[in-house]
Amino acid sequence: MPRAFTPKVVTANALLEGDAIWLTEDNRWSRDIHEAELITDEAHGDLRLLEAQARVDEIAGAYLADAKAGPNGPEPTHFREEFRTRGPSNYAHGKQVEL
Amino acid sequence: MYKYNDFDEAFIRSRTAQFRGQVERRIDGSLTEDEFKPLRLMNGLYLQLHAYMLRVAIPYGTLNSGQMRQLAMIADRWDKGYGHFTTRQNIQYNWPKLQDVPDILDALADVEMHAIQTSGNTIRNVTADHFAGAAADEIEDPRPIAELLRQWSTDHPEFQFLPRKFKIAVTGAAEDRAVTKAHDIGLRMVRNDAGEPGFEVIVGGGLGRTPMVGKVIRNFLPKADLLPYCEAIVSVYNLLGRRDNKYKARIKITVHENGLEKIQELVEERFEAIRAGFTGHDQELLKDIEAAFAPPVFVTKSTDGYEAARLANPAFRSWTDTNLSDHRADGYAIVSISIKKHGATPGDASSDQMRAMADIAENYGHNELCISHEQNVILPHVHKSDLPAVYAALREADLATANIGLVSDIIACPGMDYCALATARSIPIAQEIATRFDELKIEHDIGQLKIKISGCINACGHHHVGHIGILGLDRAGVENYQITLGGDGTETTTIGERAGPGFSADEIVPAVERLLTGYLELRDDEDETFLQAYRRLGLEPFKAILYPSEDKANAA
Repeated sequence: MPRAFTPKVVTANALLEGDAIWLTEDNRWSRDIHEAELITDEAHGDLRLLEAQARVDEIAGAYLADAKAGPNGPEPTHFREEFRTRGPSNYAHGKQVEL
Repeated sequence: MYKYNDFDEAFIRSRTAQFRGQVERRIDGSLTEDEFKPLRLMNGLYLQLHAYMLRVAIPYGTLNSGQMRQLAMIADRWDKGYGHFTTRQNIQYNWPKLQDVPDILDALADVEMHAIQTSGNTIRNVTADHFAGAAADEIEDPRPIAELLRQWSTDHPEFQFLPRKFKIAVTGAAEDRAVTKAHDIGLRMVRNDAGEPGFEVIVGGGLGRTPMVGKVIRNFLPKADLLPYCEAIVSVYNLLGRRDNKYKARIKITVHENGLEKIQELVEERFEAIRAGFTGHDQELLKDIEAAFAPPVFVTKSTDGYEAARLANPAFRSWTDTNLSDHRADGYAIVSISIKKHGATPGDASSDQMRAMADIAENYGHNELCISHEQNVILPHVHKSDLPAVYAALREADLATANIGLVSDIIACPGMDYCALATARSIPIAQEIATRFDELKIEHDIGQLKIKISGCINACGHHHVGHIGILGLDRAGVENYQITLGGDGTETTTIGERAGPGFSADEIVPAVERLLTGYLELRDDEDETFLQAYRRLGLEPFKAILYPSEDKANAA
């Protein structure tokens, strides 16, 4: 049996700053994962990824990352994706202070 | 130090201009990321977890004060006011913006620096003994050879698309401080029976997912044959190295799969074929480079003030005990500045600290600095009478930590705090270990110890050759840390043995503490280092300390 599809968000790095961004339902790039579109259908996910990848002058390296629904919107499920929402642990740099 | 000639200057400027155009075309969308990626990597620009990262080459780690000040200026103007010194003697900026990178490269070119070949499947920055030109145990300064190799390998048309990256390290000393046996080519200066200097050539060493100790391919290579011989090795590898599998593409695998003898035969054959083409121009060039590396004019003056300061100030005395090494000139010392303050990020220096080090080097150190692969900064030539002033200036800049070679002098890669390839974080583990042992106040009791931490199997943190190596992995979505023991990166290079199952992020620091307090019980006397005790006793007693409950379970 094929593995069940787990919910995803489309994420990438911003072209100029290089930081993590997420694709929203209304086709914006948000720096807050809570604003991302939580994708629960595999075919829709593939389509959204293709659309994201076409926006070459805005982003680099788009991919689908596992996420789950939370009280404020999508949340990461893996620690790597969690770090991307926050920034490094050794300094108060990145999203933990910029958002 | 080597000075750029007109050719070097024009080459660097044209590469920067070229990259400026490429960045413009990327930003306006005419280049896709797939098209741009190989171009940015050729210029040292990576895309990491939170931002771009620019890796700037510091050839064989050597810098002058002006260059260090420029690195500080770049950190302030285009980054977040700091830089990270790496295990390959380079500096990395963690937060540059894409549109600023061409300006950064121009600013680097202003002080004869660049980021070329700090990535990609090319010959990378040639690294060297960080005590080069100063070490008491040195046959010759290895940096002229390193510079010759740099000029030969930079933009070498045959070697821009090797099967995989290629790293060369060189040392002129008996004690190997350049980890030559863990490089694609390692060069150790030796003398033949006639007393002439030449090289023992080591090939096929490397860390990463398949760690290998390099093998001697030539016991003695005359100095004059160095370039054709290295070219022969790289061109044999270029043809024979595997391109079908990136994990089997390094020369260590080529040597392992084909056998040293076959590689040796092919290299000697190729060497004979190309040797005549080197008509002596390289040797003329080398003479000029050697002249540029003429040692500073050492002075003779009294060291009475130094001895008096040692007696008067215990903190200064402690610092001189750990952070100084023997210099070849009378009255001089090599100073290691620790970039490992307890609890700080290994290898990170603020722009203020960079400027302070530049000033100290200018005032007391013949204008010279060297980045070590252990992520510290070396002042190669300081007269002992100036050491009290150097120490005072370092204290002022919060750079006077007396811990070189001790528990808290930890190598750590950036790990998952920055690196897109990482599988776990390294920096917080290093910070916690250093903080913990500072609290315990036992690092001087423990003595010489090398802890090295990598945040993934690629081993930028050299964990395989740490006396205690720590490898961060992702085990079912949780950070997990594996310990290896007994590794050694010197002339007696040994790959560490895996101790057993990994530890969680919460368990790893207590595990290291258990291991080291256990070692204090196990050692013969104070003079037996951790590595010596490990070699005498083997893995078992240390394993029993690391996994106490398992021991009981087995006994039951």
